[in-house]
Amino acid sequence: MTTRLQLRDTGAMRRTTGLFILLALLCLPWADIAVHTLDPGRELGRLAQGLLWPQWPTTRTLAEAIASTLAFAFQGVALGAIAGFGLALLYRRRAVRWLAASLRAVHELFWALLFIQLFGLSTLAGVLAIAVPYAGIFAKVYGELFEETDPAPRQALPANASRLSSLMFTTLPQAWPNLAAYTRYRLECGIRSSAVLGFIGLPTLGYHLESLLRQGFYAEAAPFFYALLILIATQHRWCRGWMIPAMLLAALWWLPPVAPVNGALIWQFLTHDIVPAPLRSGMDALPWFMDLWQGQLWPGLINTLVLAMLSLVVMGLLGVMLFPTVSRLFGNRWTRGLSHGVLVILRSLPEYLLAFIALILLGPSMLPAIIALGLHNGAIIAHLIGQYSNTLVLRDDAARGLNRYFFEVLPRQFRLFLAFSLYRFETVIRETAILGMLGIPTLGFFIDSAFAEFRFDRAVMLLVASAVLNIAVDGCARIIRRRLHLQQQVQVC
Amino acid sequence: MTGFRLQQAALTVGGQTVLHDLDITIRPGERVALLGESGAGKTTLLRALREQQPNRIAWCPQQPGLVPVLPVFHNLYMGRLDQYATAYNLLNLIRPTPARRREVTELADRLGLGDQLWKPVEQLSGGQQSRVNLGRALYQQRPLFIGDEPVSAIDERQGADLLTLICEQHETVVLALHNIDQALAHCNRIIGIRAGRVAFDSPSDQLTSADIKPLYPSDAS
Repeated sequence: MTTRLQLRDTGAMRRTTGLFILLALLCLPWADIAVHTLDPGRELGRLAQGLLWPQWPTTRTLAEAIASTLAFAFQGVALGAIAGFGLALLYRRRAVRWLAASLRAVHELFWALLFIQLFGLSTLAGVLAIAVPYAGIFAKVYGELFEETDPAPRQALPANASRLSSLMFTTLPQAWPNLAAYTRYRLECGIRSSAVLGFIGLPTLGYHLESLLRQGFYAEAAPFFYALLILIATQHRWCRGWMIPAMLLAALWWLPPVAPVNGALIWQFLTHDIVPAPLRSGMDALPWFMDLWQGQLWPGLINTLVLAMLSLVVMGLLGVMLFPTVSRLFGNRWTRGLSHGVLVILRSLPEYLLAFIALILLGPSMLPAIIALGLHNGAIIAHLIGQYSNTLVLRDDAARGLNRYFFEVLPRQFRLFLAFSLYRFETVIRETAILGMLGIPTLGFFIDSAFAEFRFDRAVMLLVASAVLNIAVDGCARIIRRRLHLQQQVQVC
Repeated sequence: MTGFRLQQAALTVGGQTVLHDLDITIRPGERVALLGESGAGKTTLLRALREQQPNRIAWCPQQPGLVPVLPVFHNLYMGRLDQYATAYNLLNLIRPTPARRREVTELADRLGLGDQLWKPVEQLSGGQQSRVNLGRALYQQRPLFIGDEPVSAIDERQGADLLTLICEQHETVVLALHNIDQALAHCNRIIGIRAGRVAFDSPSDQLTSADIKPLYPSDAS
């Protein structure tokens, strides 16, 4: 077994799984999962054709889009890592933990919408949109890594050694390998985030993808699609050692993180625009809030939860079905290689892009979002469980095929599967909210429209609601994990 | 044919030859015990024998390889996964059928696991787990039995009882044992292995403890 477990309660695991499936089934009547396009098959055919026969843009356009995507990613992640490191040093304080939790509870696209109001469509806005939520994530992960270090070297130091020297000589060296590995991994997430920021206007790969795909220029979009795929899938190969600082310097040179700062405008935004309208004019706040609640908050929350529950179950099903295809306990080298390739593609592409493509094919309903979230997260789960299943040693006379899967492998991996799925729950909720920006009426839909109508007070209120929902879901998942004694650590974005 | 035959064989593990010049024929009806120090190559020899006719052998390895979260029932049932259709197996995974339930309960009672039948095996003690392992091999109901220390984690009295059961249920039996008395009591042929070779191979009633002692040089005192 890969995990040591204190108490073993298989009944509780089964009940939890059943509960999630039941909840998803109860959500089904509220979910709009119709196909609204006339001929999705034909559209898919056109997409496939475009991908097979790409039409190349000028090298300059493609190179600039790639450079900008990397520039936002490197600057955003670097700034986030520095800020997160600072917060991690104070992570024992409750206030810092809450701050970090609220920073990461708001998706980078929402942060981008906010920063664009403050700094215009500038480099600074894009960098901050990545850096701020990432700082919250880094604070948590670094903080936990520091806590996990062995306290003995620290206690053995002379009593009046300063905190800084204690950190530099004992804590940091111990945590460093994990810390560096995680930061490097976050760069991959940063590239994804950076690409997605293009969908709201920043000059990354997503910008070209959005405009070309929306118009049905699939062949023209294909090179940008492949560029993103290759960038992310090969990131762990080229993004190491001296390349990281070199890339960061190049990023600062290519897109200096500056913006036209208009102090008066920012001041007005912070002190006037985002203050709820009734407070500004001295009206009664209750009708304003009830209107917002009935028209946007409540339906947004319900749709977000419904979509997340359904996506979670689809993710789980796909994860459980796909992991044997990459496990050495099943199939042969060719089937595993093929399946591995498909999973890499699904893992590399951001949910937002997958949902955007599915939306073009299937029309506006919850279905494209469920497919996108299910595929992306299911591929991650399948990959992780598949990797772990390679460490299982079966008996010489172990059964084969389906018998092997259901009797030998699935029962052994089920606890791990549940742990990973619960870790993904928060991510799924975060992404569900954001997919609203594509027209599915989750919280993101109302947030996006509030920004579009310059009703920033409403937008901020809805943002706070989505943050609270994320924190609540994360808390729930943590309680369930503790109840089921699922302590498996996993860090994926 | 329900026996085994190794002629002029050398057995290797990871490129290293563990056993040399093997010349062993085991005829149907024989009950053979392998004796030798740990690391002498008994397990390697058993593996090689199993490979000769894997589908006719009830296999009881030393590392149980049980599925920890599944109850005793399913771990025993798994002995017959290859004998039933997959759909029937899945049915029994979700809701055991009365016929299989009856059989497995009977076997579990004989193993002294009657009260534990629905407990996940990860909650059992080491001795209980090794009885489940043995039970799985018994449940296969094959003509030949190969066991690698099948009763070493079980107390002596119950171990003797289970060895008797193994010998009753199978036409041909090959066991690696470390308990010399058990080997002499239950088997009619003893093969001693030392320094990568067969040191002796004779009927158990012709052996004395003086013949066996040289197998365990590190015990010599």
